[in-house]
Amino acid sequence: MKVWVFAELTPGGPTPATLELLAKAHELGDAEALALGPGATSAAPTLGAHGARTVYASDDPVYADHLAQPAAHAVKTLIETHGPDLILFPATYGARDVAGRLQAKLGSTLMANVIEITGADAARTQIAGGTLFVDVVLEGPSPRLIIVSPKAFVAQEVGGTAEIVPVEVEIPEYYTRVRRIEQHDEPASGPKLEEARVVVSGGRGLQDPSNITLLQQLADAVGGAAVGATRAIVDAGWIPYSHQVGQTGKTVKPDVYMAVGISGALQHLVGMKGSKFVIAINKDPEAPIFRVADLGVVGDALVVVPALIQELVKRRG
Amino acid sequence: MNVVVLVKSVIDPSGQPRLGPDFLMDRSAEGTLDPTDEFGVEAALQLTAESGGTVTALSMGPDGAGAAVRRAFAMGVDAGVLVTDPLLRGADTLATARVLAAAIAQAGFDLVLAGVESTDGYTGTLAVAVAEFLDVPSATFARKVSVADGVARIERQTESGYDVIECPLPAVITVTAGSTEPRYPTLKGIMASKSKTLESRTLADLGLDAAAVAATQRVSHVTPAPAKSGGVVIEAGDDAAVRIADALDQAKVI
Repeated sequence: MKVWVFAELTPGGPTPATLELLAKAHELGDAEALALGPGATSAAPTLGAHGARTVYASDDPVYADHLAQPAAHAVKTLIETHGPDLILFPATYGARDVAGRLQAKLGSTLMANVIEITGADAARTQIAGGTLFVDVVLEGPSPRLIIVSPKAFVAQEVGGTAEIVPVEVEIPEYYTRVRRIEQHDEPASGPKLEEARVVVSGGRGLQDPSNITLLQQLADAVGGAAVGATRAIVDAGWIPYSHQVGQTGKTVKPDVYMAVGISGALQHLVGMKGSKFVIAINKDPEAPIFRVADLGVVGDALVVVPALIQELVKRRG
Repeated sequence: MNVVVLVKSVIDPSGQPRLGPDFLMDRSAEGTLDPTDEFGVEAALQLTAESGGTVTALSMGPDGAGAAVRRAFAMGVDAGVLVTDPLLRGADTLATARVLAAAIAQAGFDLVLAGVESTDGYTGTLAVAVAEFLDVPSATFARKVSVADGVARIERQTESGYDVIECPLPAVITVTAGSTEPRYPTLKGIMASKSKTLESRTLADLGLDAAAVAATQRVSHVTPAPAKSGGVVIEAGDDAAVRIADALDQAKVI
């Protein structure tokens, strides 16, 4: 079975999610990677070391500057020549769009939020706050398209070397109508989410953007804690995206995760479920976050958090 | 400018889907407009208020799924279409995208707006699949959209910040919850919505048949995930802060 992984590239190399997918692809059969855009060729050794036998690579900036259409066209062209059985995509903004476009081009099935793959026609997802596993049989034409949740699989160095196959697909101008004209970074402040021993995250239960300060104060009172956030409050502009924990954000596994005013939508849970100890503060006793909490407090975060800060300051003396 | 906004009725906006005995989502109860779609509706209303034009809310679902379109009516959209057909029960994302694209093409459009993903299925690929079937460009995760001279200018959320994107119309754009604050329907809007007609379309009306919407995946098993054991839930009270501080202490992080 030939399994392709759509690689997500950054200036520092392929993303961790890409390498996680390669581990699964390698386990399932012949793993090959698609690397499109600046940094593709230089990513090949890392992709090879993590299981890719072949890397279809192009450093052409067309793939970065015009969103999904050039990549979808190139991948479709490559499929016609090489016939993969499965293509795995990380659950990122860019890769998701390529998967959606390909689905319509190919008439292939597409499954998202996947946490396990057992063959070319069988994968598992989860629903209802992660309380139910749903096994799905994939049918219809190959390749089947799978968007994988972050941290579903563990990246592994297998020590291989990838053969680089240059991608020389002509991209018609028609597919470059959308154009990226500016890029802006909004870096996170404070300790790194992925490295901190304690992550203090806030959600809608904080009620007002000004209460982000309260979250920061709690992080400081704990000492060196990183500040995280749900997609809801990132989307609402309360805090930059770089703080987002969850499906479309970062995946964290700290010693202690504190969920403040977070209901526990599955999008969020997948990003923090691996935490060793989870403390949740939420008004709604039915909130799904309590199902993954080691210590849950039913109450108003705006009351509990100031009291907790006071207690922590007192203990520090 | 003709704007079509995609809307979905969900049974439970907190995102807890119910499954029927056949493992398909139980959509028999009265639904409500998916909260993520309210942002698409609001963006559509604001764009047409600035530059003129009409907004059509388009949905697909069983008869009871008209709730999403009716809420969009109350918010102020001009027209509404519900594609409903017994053959669409359990439709997957491929079938849904094909059907919505056919309905959009039939209605005519300059711009299609949608939320980034539904709160019950959250696949997040439907809008781009629709764009591909319509053969138009797309931009997802827009936190700001404006249109001038037939070109949309978008601030697109990225992993490290945001990009500014230019996208010529016609196009498909998905908007995030950060794009705008959705209006609450006014009494006037609700009264006016009663005179608006929810138009219904079948697959045959769109020139599609059963083969066009054949399922490409099916659920084989649903099993409970192993529950986390040993969790304690307490009521907030005088000692909640102490209990949390004790837990942090035990974890040796303070």
